Amino acid sequence: MSAWLRTGTALAVQATDLTLAYQQRPVLWDVDLDVPQGVLMAIVGPNGAGKTTLLRTVLGLLRPAAGEVRIFGRPYAEQRRLVAYVPQRGSVDWDFPTTALDIVTMGTYGGLGWVKRPGSSERSRASAALAQVGMRAYADRQISQLSGGQQQRVFLARALVQDAQVYLMDEPFQGVDATTERAIVDLLRTLRADGKTVVAVHHDLQTVAEYFDQVTLLNVRRIAAGPVGKVFTDENLRLTYGGRVAGIGGRTNGTGPEAHL
Amino acid sequence: MDVLSDLFLDYTLRTVALGSAALGIVSGALGAFAVLRRQALLGDAMSHAALPGVALAFLITGSRGPLILMIGAALTGWLAAAAVVYIVRASRIKTDTAMALVLSVFFGAGLVVLTFIQRQPAAGKAGLDKFLFGQAAAMLEGDVITMASVGAVGLLGVLVLWKEFKLLSFDPDFAATLGMPTRRLDMLLTSLLVIAIVVGLKTVGVVLMSAMVVAPGAAARQWTNRLGVMVTLSALFGAAAGVLGALLSNTAQTSTGPTIVLVATGLVVVSLLFAPTRGLVWTRMHTWRSQRILALEAVMSDLAALAAQHSSDATRPHDVAALHAVRGRALVDRALSELAADGLAQRHDGGGWSLTPRGLAEADRLARLRRAPTDHL
Repeated sequence: MSAWLRTGTALAVQATDLTLAYQQRPVLWDVDLDVPQGVLMAIVGPNGAGKTTLLRTVLGLLRPAAGEVRIFGRPYAEQRRLVAYVPQRGSVDWDFPTTALDIVTMGTYGGLGWVKRPGSSERSRASAALAQVGMRAYADRQISQLSGGQQQRVFLARALVQDAQVYLMDEPFQGVDATTERAIVDLLRTLRADGKTVVAVHHDLQTVAEYFDQVTLLNVRRIAAGPVGKVFTDENLRLTYGGRVAGIGGRTNGTGPEAHL
Repeated sequence: MDVLSDLFLDYTLRTVALGSAALGIVSGALGAFAVLRRQALLGDAMSHAALPGVALAFLITGSRGPLILMIGAALTGWLAAAAVVYIVRASRIKTDTAMALVLSVFFGAGLVVLTFIQRQPAAGKAGLDKFLFGQAAAMLEGDVITMASVGAVGLLGVLVLWKEFKLLSFDPDFAATLGMPTRRLDMLLTSLLVIAIVVGLKTVGVVLMSAMVVAPGAAARQWTNRLGVMVTLSALFGAAAGVLGALLSNTAQTSTGPTIVLVATGLVVVSLLFAPTRGLVWTRMHTWRSQRILALEAVMSDLAALAAQHSSDATRPHDVAALHAVRGRALVDRALSELAADGLAQRHDGGGWSLTPRGLAEADRLARLRRAPTDHL
């Protein structure tokens, strides 16, 4: 089945007027998220700004009080198969009794349907995805024996196996080593070259311009969004972080941003 | 061999063994999932909450048929699980508090109904109090057949929905993004756990049934890193604990539940201590060994450094007082004697030490190995 038929010319991800509150405290207030196809977009904002909440709402894991999410012009529920999710590494128990290959194979479960078990074709796809993130040698490792960066790459491979059009990643660079960081950056560029769309929650302000094309600055509300060159300005960052950021984007020679510390 | 031949010839003993094996297999297999999903205490709350169900089922139907009592137990056990989920979702009460509340309220209610029944003149009430600590001796063929069939439903559920339950246990959010109905699957898996609990209730008793849910799974986790192996092993451990415990209690005339639980706990202790890779003894040995090796390497590199300062004669003796001061006398002396035994270091007349030519080569190899990039970066 061709995904192209269903993608058309609409935005890859279009969330409009998302509002979500825990008890009385608003976490997202009237947030729009517009992601054109084929771009790498960072979602940036201080702790508690609602970045993870925004991703989880787009994925239907949280029910917003208002707003809707469209993937290539149609409701998320219909387009679920076009969207892959890379959760935060810390969201699962890595002592679960299984191997790296088995975790990656879980990415094929969506296409398998009920009851049917993954077979050799699913396992070879999973194996290829592991190779793509440089982890083929670790296929049979118990997942608790992997380093943090390796665990992150296993999660990325699981998303690759889904063969989606849109990849939503929650802090893929969190606490990874330099090797993994390079591997992830290479992977993002490969995905972009293949016309895929990536939205990633990102914490390191210094690498936003290097790794991403577009950025959404978020602090409960959407402060600004668009191409990094236009939107990722000191002024917008001050608005996002409340003036606690000094010298972003290499415009000053200070000690670097404090906001991601 | 007496026990074995009794097992095949003695009708009562055979019935007890078969029934206990059935309950152990079911609670072991489903308990493994409960352990992985951190639901051990929920199992405890549900098994205690089964007591009012048993009592009420008897009160309403006047029957002590195993299936009727099991259905009653399952209903209140399931209700308890739902109550815990609801309390956590609808209030600010945390899960542990909610479980403690539900457990004590349901168990208390069960005891009240049970006392009420005991004071009634009705016939056939005898034996309901056995549900507290369990009784193996009174097991009949009909009980075993009911236990096995109900248990088979639970096992079948796990087999059919294996990949769904696996993903639900590891990463429920990801399962939801794939379109799996995680809430309904969660409810189903919890219901299967209820089934496992009610199957063993009459034998093990409501007070200690949770041990049959937790212990086999906890023991099995120690021995393997594969979910399939863990669940199978857990079922086998459960069966072993069930059979051994029931037979022991039968012979020793002790309460069945506590005896079975003691056997299961024994399996846990052995697994915690002796399982390879995860066992305490194994990790201790491993730590001890790697510390010893590190000490050897440290002393070797110290001696190599000393030798490097006198490049004219690499094997000339050195005073090891400085090493004693830096690394500790006992560690250095033990390492030196081990190195000497391996032919890597030598003691000279006058008490000085040096590496042998082979030791120098080995120290050089190790130094280069340590500088090389490690594979886990």
